[in-house]
Amino acid sequence: MSRRFQPSMAAAHGVLILWALVVLLPVWTMLINSVKPKREIFRNPFGLPSEFTLDGYINAWTDGKFDLYFRNSLIVAVVSLVLILLIGSLAAYALASWRSRVSNFLYIYFIAGLMIPIRLGTINLFQIIQALGLSDNLAGLILIYTAMGMPIATFVLTSFIRSVPVELTEAARIDGASEFRIYRTVILPLIRPALATVTIFNVIPIWNDLWFPLIFIRNQEARTVTLGVTLLFGQYQTDWTRALSALSMAAVPVLAAYLLMSGQFIKGLTAGALKG
Amino acid sequence: MSDAVLTEVGQVRERAAARWDVQRRRTWVLFLVPAVIVYTVFMAFPLFNSMRLSLYQGKGLTPETYVGFANYTELFTNPLWRDRFFNALRNTVVFFAIHMLVQNTLGLLFASLLSNVHLRGRNIYRAVIFLPATLSVLVTGFLWTLILNPRWGMLNQLLEGVGLGALARPWLGDANLALPVISLVSSWQWVGLPTMMFLAGLLTISDELLEAARVDGASAWQVFWRIKLPLLKPVIGIVSVLTFVGNFNAFDVIFAMAGARGEPGYSTDLMATFFYRTAIAGEHPVAQPNMGLGAAIATIMFLILLAGVSLWLILGRERDEKTGT
Repeated sequence: MSRRFQPSMAAAHGVLILWALVVLLPVWTMLINSVKPKREIFRNPFGLPSEFTLDGYINAWTDGKFDLYFRNSLIVAVVSLVLILLIGSLAAYALASWRSRVSNFLYIYFIAGLMIPIRLGTINLFQIIQALGLSDNLAGLILIYTAMGMPIATFVLTSFIRSVPVELTEAARIDGASEFRIYRTVILPLIRPALATVTIFNVIPIWNDLWFPLIFIRNQEARTVTLGVTLLFGQYQTDWTRALSALSMAAVPVLAAYLLMSGQFIKGLTAGALKG
Repeated sequence: MSDAVLTEVGQVRERAAARWDVQRRRTWVLFLVPAVIVYTVFMAFPLFNSMRLSLYQGKGLTPETYVGFANYTELFTNPLWRDRFFNALRNTVVFFAIHMLVQNTLGLLFASLLSNVHLRGRNIYRAVIFLPATLSVLVTGFLWTLILNPRWGMLNQLLEGVGLGALARPWLGDANLALPVISLVSSWQWVGLPTMMFLAGLLTISDELLEAARVDGASAWQVFWRIKLPLLKPVIGIVSVLTFVGNFNAFDVIFAMAGARGEPGYSTDLMATFFYRTAIAGEHPVAQPNMGLGAAIATIMFLILLAGVSLWLILGRERDEKTGT
């Protein structure tokens, strides 16, 4: 193609730049106004602060127990993900290798969960969690999120493992390797990209979930970040420096992780979208 | 070697292989056990058991008295529940329609622009478009309530700054505006998902096909309508069904921007917020959680989702049969 000015290309940039502003301006106002004193937010909502303050953060940090909330959210997200990847890949390996009516049925049983939100089972989950003594407990959230992750994990991992050449697993079998050994030494290293995709599909919904903490967590010690922000934001309605600081605190770790890894992130997501 | 020996060797081998098979199958079953247990106990069983509970009533946590379809009768005959139910259903349909119209059309537009490999900075645009989807709905919802605040909000200030002060409004305080505005905020957040899916679909269309059309004199517009869009049909299907499922159990954005009661005056109440109030928080003026009635609402939501997903599967199968793939 020629290098001369193309009107269609300029229009494309125009549309995309406009949208980039629509996306970035709100995020910018959140971050920049969280370090301004209250009065200046209303006088000068978009510019750099003339007076820099961290009061909002200090207040939000002391009013809420954000160190605790972060720790809780991190425990829930990491343990759920490890369980999803471990349990999901074991099941997917069995589903991919075992061709029988039982395994076909189980595959469909798992996949059916892709389209049905777990929230609709909340009423009975409430009773199950109570009966197991897991309300107000991070373990309750972890088990629910692990169950919630099973459909996508079995779906993505089974199709990925089926695409692994049979010769590789057969060769290991002839050498007398146990199934667990094949899973660990042959399959796991090969399915790393698929594991990344499963991680991406699960980590954001788990980290950002409000529904289950809102219903199951009453105790302050077990609050997650989203739940903590909800409660703080209610108190801070009129103090925007504090309100925006609380929001920024919840957003910045996610934003930082996304900006660092957006390349891999989008690649994993696209791989998943193509498979589906 | 004689034939007899050969057969014997063969039999030994077969027996060994059979033993191996049994052992392998046993390991596979073991591999499946944890996933089946977790998924059944914390997802599949509660889903179906909640439906059973819609036939029960009772005070407190566990509805124990079997009442047949009384919860459904109550839901559809008591004016309080009936009006709130149909209000929430109508609002959810509007919420879904705006997402289809705005979020998915914008997603298709952005994907078409980004599918041009000569476009500079396409990775940066793509990352920015997807960025809001990584944030918690709660954070973006709260942030937008501040931006849309009628007295101090940045949007009205911005409008006044560029001389459009007449357009400034109490965006979330007006019962006619609140639902469309919240739907737009939600579309703003999630537009990255359809963009990624459409982009993935567009990139699988072969260059030769598009080149051939151009050589034949087709304009860019014709290429889009006659070639790209028909080939994107399966992706349009999956994007629509995912939007449908997501919208029909959307809760967080309403909770953050309009409260659990869908203010102002239930004008933004969706199925999931209605379900939450009825089953968990206690619906006004009853103020007592009603698990049986909540289970009935969840069952109806389940049936609506099932109908939508089945429709998608049937349409997809018909298309596959027509094209013979």
